[in-house]
Amino acid sequence: MELVAQFLGSAGARMVVGLIGVIALVSVNALFLIWMERKVAAHMQLRPGPMEVGPHGAIQTVADAIKLMGKELITPEKVDKPVFWLAPIVIFLPVLLSFLVIPFSQTMIIQDMNVGIVLILAFATLSVLAILMAGWASNNKYAVFGAIRSVAQNVAYEIPLLVTVMSIIIMVGSFKLSDIVAAQDRYWFVLVQPVAFILYLICATAETNRAPFDLPEAESELVAGFHTEYTGMRFALFFLAEYTNMFIAAAVATVLFLGGWHGPFFPGVIWFLLKVYAVIFLLMWFRWTFPRVRFDQLITFAWKILIPLAFVNLLITAFVLKLR
Amino acid sequence: MIELLGIEEKTYTLNLGPQHPSTHGVLRVILEMDGEFIIKAEPVIGYGHRGHEHMAENRNYMQFLPNLGRLDYLHALAYNQCYCMAVEKLLDITVPERAEFIRVMTSELNRITSHLLWFGAYLMDLGAFTPFLYCFDDREHVLDLLDRITGSRLTYCYYRFGGVPTDIDDDFLAGCRAFVSRLRSRWNDYHNLVTKNVIFIHRTRDVGIITRDQCVKYGITGPNLRGSGIPYDIRKSEPYSAYPWFDFEIPVGTKGDIYDRYVVRLAEMEQSLRIIEQACNKIPDGPIMAEKVPKRIKPPEGEVYQAVETARGSFGMYIVSQGDVKPYRIKLRTPSFANMSFFPEMAVDTLVADLVANLGSIDVVIPEIDR
Repeated sequence: MELVAQFLGSAGARMVVGLIGVIALVSVNALFLIWMERKVAAHMQLRPGPMEVGPHGAIQTVADAIKLMGKELITPEKVDKPVFWLAPIVIFLPVLLSFLVIPFSQTMIIQDMNVGIVLILAFATLSVLAILMAGWASNNKYAVFGAIRSVAQNVAYEIPLLVTVMSIIIMVGSFKLSDIVAAQDRYWFVLVQPVAFILYLICATAETNRAPFDLPEAESELVAGFHTEYTGMRFALFFLAEYTNMFIAAAVATVLFLGGWHGPFFPGVIWFLLKVYAVIFLLMWFRWTFPRVRFDQLITFAWKILIPLAFVNLLITAFVLKLR
Repeated sequence: MIELLGIEEKTYTLNLGPQHPSTHGVLRVILEMDGEFIIKAEPVIGYGHRGHEHMAENRNYMQFLPNLGRLDYLHALAYNQCYCMAVEKLLDITVPERAEFIRVMTSELNRITSHLLWFGAYLMDLGAFTPFLYCFDDREHVLDLLDRITGSRLTYCYYRFGGVPTDIDDDFLAGCRAFVSRLRSRWNDYHNLVTKNVIFIHRTRDVGIITRDQCVKYGITGPNLRGSGIPYDIRKSEPYSAYPWFDFEIPVGTKGDIYDRYVVRLAEMEQSLRIIEQACNKIPDGPIMAEKVPKRIKPPEGEVYQAVETARGSFGMYIVSQGDVKPYRIKLRTPSFANMSFFPEMAVDTLVADLVANLGSIDVVIPEIDR
């Protein structure tokens, strides 16, 4: 009995319970987000969206997931097989690991690392590798196009993203996500860093390959981009990763700018999730309103506008901090 | 740099279509590419070839009428009208005024559906989904109106030699008026959502420019021509049917880029609304069918050419009759074919994304090219 209690109190148990929780959260979250996306899109487009399966189509995505699981996994003839098989897994694992450090509330955090934000940004970069693997291995010109675009886009948008995040970090003086949230107990950082917040949102949209920056999978040009040749569960993993990435991007926005778990009346975790889904709603709103930008415009926008702006913002932040 | 390193510069071929989300039907484009830049674009047409012109030689005049709705399925009524007018010229029949009004009204409604569909599909090419459903919502109202009197929703076959088979009623007129005010109230939404959108402007301004000379050289007509600033519209330059009795303008662009073509199409819808509004108020009473139409259409020997302005440009029809129940030869001059011929020149040195934007902006209907 004592042993069990000891085990449950230990860091190892926390990790195991946490990971199970994360896997559950990731699946439920993806199912919910896909449903939400369809509903948001539908209501913006004057139509009801899925209505048949469950109340207001609530379990439509569960039905879709079951359908996808039943689909044949087609491996086209001339693909680079090991890489082709590995890519969906490689895109999914780092996404899972990022959840380790996200502080859902004061206590609900699996591992409060002192380099939390660095870990998330590092893992976010890994998804590019998976996209490149998927595109390259598919032996399809459209897929390669998508992969190349994805790499160029992520390299370009990572820089302003990091610089923007930097300006928050020098305000707090810590990479630890819980410290960053704790520093916002009086006011949210979005109030003092509005430019950084907008920059972050733009970069996060680009990093998660969402419209208007969804060039790697621009279907009117590239059919389906890097996942053109994927079917069944492999395709579903890419899909799952996209929505989970969105969740992480929104969670980081919540931690950095929207005061994380802080809020009156409700427990912290509810406030945290509310803010996350509000940011996700914003990202969906972008997608269903804007046309897609052209590739050269996208890169120009990053290098000529976002990066200088991010640096100016960082300099001003540093200057103000020094004066205080 | 590449030459210095002694590396051979290589281009590759990208096969776009015939089944690709943004070739609008079965068009295939073989692209020679350098990176994302297009060096050469070669459209391959004919996947939807059905031999309409040959079919005409093997059917009597009435039997060929339904074929016209299958050429340009988006503005079928203009094609109907062109054929009917040509045969009426051969037979020397005068169409009653009321029938001409009905023809103009239905044809203009059809023009609006065509432009609305272009608007939605084009924005979809650019990656914006929402406008598509907005204008399909509007389009639905026109389809319902046309459905009531013509009996079909897409491939119309409504006009007859000498007039129209079914009369319109007050419900139709009321529906037209309601639709006119509805679509006018929607312009604001469209402009806020699309026309003023920064990304949209960046994607379309100074992209895909067609100069006046190129228009003349390639025989480009329709909104593509007017976008380049040439106010040529058959409804004005060679007025036919009831058009001389209406007051409307020909919107033109200045630069000839995609944005201009977009603005011209939107303005044209407004002009069509004006025509419909006037027609609703001025429509005369009277017969809808000419009296002396023979049961058996057997025109005397002769040749006739008739042109109309469709949503895509000038459609012309040349009929040679040898006094038989079947036409000896029919030649169709379809606007998309001429407009499409400019596409290879337009595509050179652009990005793939612009290729899609350019292809969409010239608004081609593939069956009409393949015919």
